[in-house]
Amino acid sequence: MIRKYSVLVSLAVLAVVMLVPFAIVTLNAVRSPADYSANGPLSLPDGLHLDGIVEFWNRVDFGGKLWNSLLISGSVAVLAVVLSVLNAYALGIGRVRGRTWILVVFLVANTLPQEALVYPLYYLSKEAGLYDTRLGVIIIFTVIQSAFGTYLLASVLGRFPHEILEAAALDGAGKWRALWRVVVPISRPTLSVLLIFFFIWTWNEFFLPLVFLISNENQTVPVALGVLQGDKMMDATMSSASALLGILPAVVFFLIFQRTLTRGVTVGAIK
Amino acid sequence: MAVHAPAARPKAVRGPEPHPRRRTGGYWVFLLPSAVLFTAVILVPFLMNIGISFTRWQGIGDPRWLGLDNYTRLFADARFWTSFRNNAALIVAMAIVPTLIGLVLAATLFDYVGKKFGPRTASVLRAAYYLPQVLPVAIAGIVWGWIMHPRFGVLNEFLALFGMEPRGWLGDPDWALPSVMMIMVWFQIGYPVVIFMAGLQRVDPALYEAAEMDGASWARRFRHITVPQIRPEIYVVLLTCTIAALKVFGPIFVLTRGGPGGATLVPSYFSYQNFFEKANVGYGAAIATVLTLLIIVVTVLFLRIQDGEEGDS
Repeated sequence: MIRKYSVLVSLAVLAVVMLVPFAIVTLNAVRSPADYSANGPLSLPDGLHLDGIVEFWNRVDFGGKLWNSLLISGSVAVLAVVLSVLNAYALGIGRVRGRTWILVVFLVANTLPQEALVYPLYYLSKEAGLYDTRLGVIIIFTVIQSAFGTYLLASVLGRFPHEILEAAALDGAGKWRALWRVVVPISRPTLSVLLIFFFIWTWNEFFLPLVFLISNENQTVPVALGVLQGDKMMDATMSSASALLGILPAVVFFLIFQRTLTRGVTVGAIK
Repeated sequence: MAVHAPAARPKAVRGPEPHPRRRTGGYWVFLLPSAVLFTAVILVPFLMNIGISFTRWQGIGDPRWLGLDNYTRLFADARFWTSFRNNAALIVAMAIVPTLIGLVLAATLFDYVGKKFGPRTASVLRAAYYLPQVLPVAIAGIVWGWIMHPRFGVLNEFLALFGMEPRGWLGDPDWALPSVMMIMVWFQIGYPVVIFMAGLQRVDPALYEAAEMDGASWARRFRHITVPQIRPEIYVVLLTCTIAALKVFGPIFVLTRGGPGGATLVPSYFSYQNFFEKANVGYGAAIATVLTLLIIVVTVLFLRIQDGEEGDS
């Protein structure tokens, strides 16, 4: 009996340790600087002071950063899913010649470190007038994410029931129509999981957006907060306000997408 | 930059052909948009990077051909070796330690907590361990940079309650790397826990029941059922986390910028410095090329070992 509960207690203690950073950031983000200097970071705040958060929000134009992140991640998610579907249709269902080698290329592209692409991309995007634009970052991540998407979807579509495709062909549907009217609707659960993955992965990206989005008005949330680290203007409560603003969108996405993800993954596994 | 790749390593499109041959032909058109984009965004830049690594180039003007000079210089550069030594430490912190802890946690949640306290308790605990994983890794760095701040950090305040001396943590040459390692363990643990628990779902419950009836202890069930049954998941987690550790950049940029004195320098940040701070583009490209080779070698090695294991069983 004692052993039974000691296991549970130690697991719960570990859970608390994992969550403490979140709690401590939140506590101090809503604390007034006066309260901070009087009572330190470990006490409960003496009230709900949102001034630090509001001030930080306005100073970095956090609304604009959220919009940039949403625009980039949303566009990449949609475009990369479209690209993955087109590729996977040709590879998984069309079984084009040399598909194994093409898949290997996508797999390698997927494992390449971005460091090995960054300088040429930086140079070429300057030549093309895409440097420091959100469009440039969207194009790059669409390709990077679709490398993984193609690899995954090609194997899913490789098991697509061919009776359905033959029925569509008998009804006179061409390849293009069969793709959008038959393959895409039936694969929707897998596609929506990919869409969510691409959105979150792109939201979380740091290295390439840091290099490409140098002007303030183009920056994403992680980049804007990352370059402010060590800024002498940041006091303790404002630092925790910035950390909280970085945490919140990620936790919100997690809560929104959690159910779709688990549902989608199970559906994908059964197929 | 975090690893969120789903556990299933999709098998290449092989095996029995479900589609009659006559349907092929004409499908290559669907590959055209990708062919153009991949050439422009991946293939050409990748080859250019290799080409640049054989030159001296400041990013403007004409690159000057050096042959293998950047590479010979690199292998004699103490900072380069330091960066890989630190990388090895981060593989321990991001791949090995989280996998070991994750195995014990997943097995305890699945084979003990789930049975004695119900699956809801297990899934609440799992969610708590997983929460750090949802953060962008740069944000995780910001959170800890604030907690470990030498002047107003919570950690020093907390340790002071126990009469312990304040430390510089990330600014202290002796403590910077262990601090970063600890942060990365915190960040990574949730990933193996979730993947391993998902893997345990497909283990036949009869295995555990039979073992329990034979009086096998939890430790024996762990060794003889849990670990062998989810071996594929263990490989996937080790591989993806090792690659993530080799590529790690965001936390280093946010927390330490490779400092103090190179104590947390990693290849990725080392190449970034040469590209964008020192304008040693050729040297940076050589670092990036070596890193790429290393990642490819690690990937091939893992897949080899995994295929070998599958062949044995």
